[in-house]
Amino acid sequence: MNKIFETPLYPYYQSVDQTASAPGHHSVVVIGAGPVGLGMAIDLAQHGIDVVVLDDNDKVSFGSRAICFAKRTLEIADRLGFGDKLVDKGVQWNLGKVFFDERKVYEFNLLAEDGHARPAFINLQQYYFEQYLVERVQEINSETPKIDVRGKNRVSAIKDHGAYSALTVTTPDGEYTIHADWVIACDGAGSPTRSMMGLDFVGRVFEDNFLIADVTMEADFPTERWFWFDPPFNRGQSALLHKQPDGVWRIDLQLGWDVDKEAEKQPDRVIPRLKAMLGDDVKFELEWVSIYTFQCRRMEKFRHGNVIFAGDSAHQVSPFGARGANSGLQDVDNLSWKLAHVIKGLAPDTLLNSYDDERIHGADENIMNSTRSTDFITPKSDISRVFRNAVLDLSEHHDFARPLVNSGRLSVPCNYVGHSLTGEDAVAGGPARSQPGMPCPDAPLEDGYLLSKLGGGFTLMTLNTDAPSPQEIEGIEIAHLEMRATSDTNKTLGERFLGTAERAIYLIRPDQHIVARWSEYDAASVQMAVATALGKTQ
Amino acid sequence: MSTLILTPNIPNGDDFYEKLLNAHEGLSKEQSDALNARLILVLSNHIGDIDILEQALDAAKTAGQAA
Repeated sequence: MNKIFETPLYPYYQSVDQTASAPGHHSVVVIGAGPVGLGMAIDLAQHGIDVVVLDDNDKVSFGSRAICFAKRTLEIADRLGFGDKLVDKGVQWNLGKVFFDERKVYEFNLLAEDGHARPAFINLQQYYFEQYLVERVQEINSETPKIDVRGKNRVSAIKDHGAYSALTVTTPDGEYTIHADWVIACDGAGSPTRSMMGLDFVGRVFEDNFLIADVTMEADFPTERWFWFDPPFNRGQSALLHKQPDGVWRIDLQLGWDVDKEAEKQPDRVIPRLKAMLGDDVKFELEWVSIYTFQCRRMEKFRHGNVIFAGDSAHQVSPFGARGANSGLQDVDNLSWKLAHVIKGLAPDTLLNSYDDERIHGADENIMNSTRSTDFITPKSDISRVFRNAVLDLSEHHDFARPLVNSGRLSVPCNYVGHSLTGEDAVAGGPARSQPGMPCPDAPLEDGYLLSKLGGGFTLMTLNTDAPSPQEIEGIEIAHLEMRATSDTNKTLGERFLGTAERAIYLIRPDQHIVARWSEYDAASVQMAVATALGKTQ
Repeated sequence: MSTLILTPNIPNGDDFYEKLLNAHEGLSKEQSDALNARLILVLSNHIGDIDILEQALDAAKTAGQAA
């Protein structure tokens, strides 16, 4: 067993709040030190906000869990300062193969578009993701202490006092109380915070069990994603084989509903299943075995006064399509800058309502996609299975059926086109992919990539034109990024941001979503767009 | 919006109907269901127009309902 599971990454220590005579008061308390909670803490710290993170554990998550991190997550990690570590360690893959019964029916190449700093996906165990987050926290704290991660600090009660929340925290040295202006609940699908507050979490339960086995093996399987529908070694069910770093393979076997979960987890049951799949000759060792069931559901609202939910605590999807951790990181991306601006008095409290609006939209999109994948992978009626098998049979012979095969629609970034923080689109001929509301597409430059030049605040990007620089609008420093794009210079940048226009000005949010774009600089229009993006015009 | 053709459009309907039945000749219920499903998918892709497909789904659903 990998020793990373044994070592406390954020060991318990006694904080000053535990011995203080009155409850300590904090601006932000994050509950949960998983990928979402730590990501939130880092993002807020980078905006200059002090954060306390409470977690009932003191180690990384047990087992590999989330293993597929999408390009948008890598871009967010770049902004948070640990993207290189993820990409250096992660496994990149492009080729997927689909099997039905005993036949390979087709294969596909992800064929990621060129001209992006980051690949479409990497595979990486969640514990590495968390380890790099903790290292980034330590790096930030070594400059200025901003993030106080408290292991073995379990929140056992939460009370809303209107302007602040009182949290009762249970530690190895007993209980203490702290007050927080803002509480961000990142405590997972089973969120104790959500239960303590008596909040809803409704949706659809899928009656199925999946066995996850992570195995290390000396095998010459290529770095590809293999998916089986109804294979001979798992009749009537599905199977997935996916590569992770360190020679670890993720094997996912659908088991059906009526199984004895405890028995199915035992090596004497698991090993014969894997031998049937991999062949008798392949030598492997079990690293981690788990059985999961899943639901697709979300909270009705993510914001409850000064308590805000993010990641799996707010929404849960099936694992098909890698939309759990990836959407959680988009929650972080969306909430952090808004909360930081509200705390600093630069935006009204109502800006946070747009987090609900934008991320509920994101959650619904993820729930829709993962539900569709689930319905394809595990047909719930006879006729559903008939059509599923018809698609697979046709896909072996005809291209047209291949896009209908759904073994998970891989997560692409959510866009907020038409939502309340989005301003005007005033570039005739401007590409749809960079219209207001879209996440800023990356583009190769003569020196590096576009996204790495955006920084952490609002940016006004001018293409083949100019604007006052730098300037303060609505009390906020707006960075100026001056770019040129012609048929010789930064051609791709031009394709992605100019289309058929000759020049353009883009206003970009701190989370790299596009607010508005114009073909001419106009001070009043830009000011209006900044006010819109700060939620001042609602 | 395109409109689904709901007037006779196959030049020799009897020929087509015979070919449709012949395709199912000797198949089990399960094989026939599978053939029908593949046929629907092939034809739907050929049509390719979501407006037409929605109208077709609707026409098929309505005709099966009790008056």
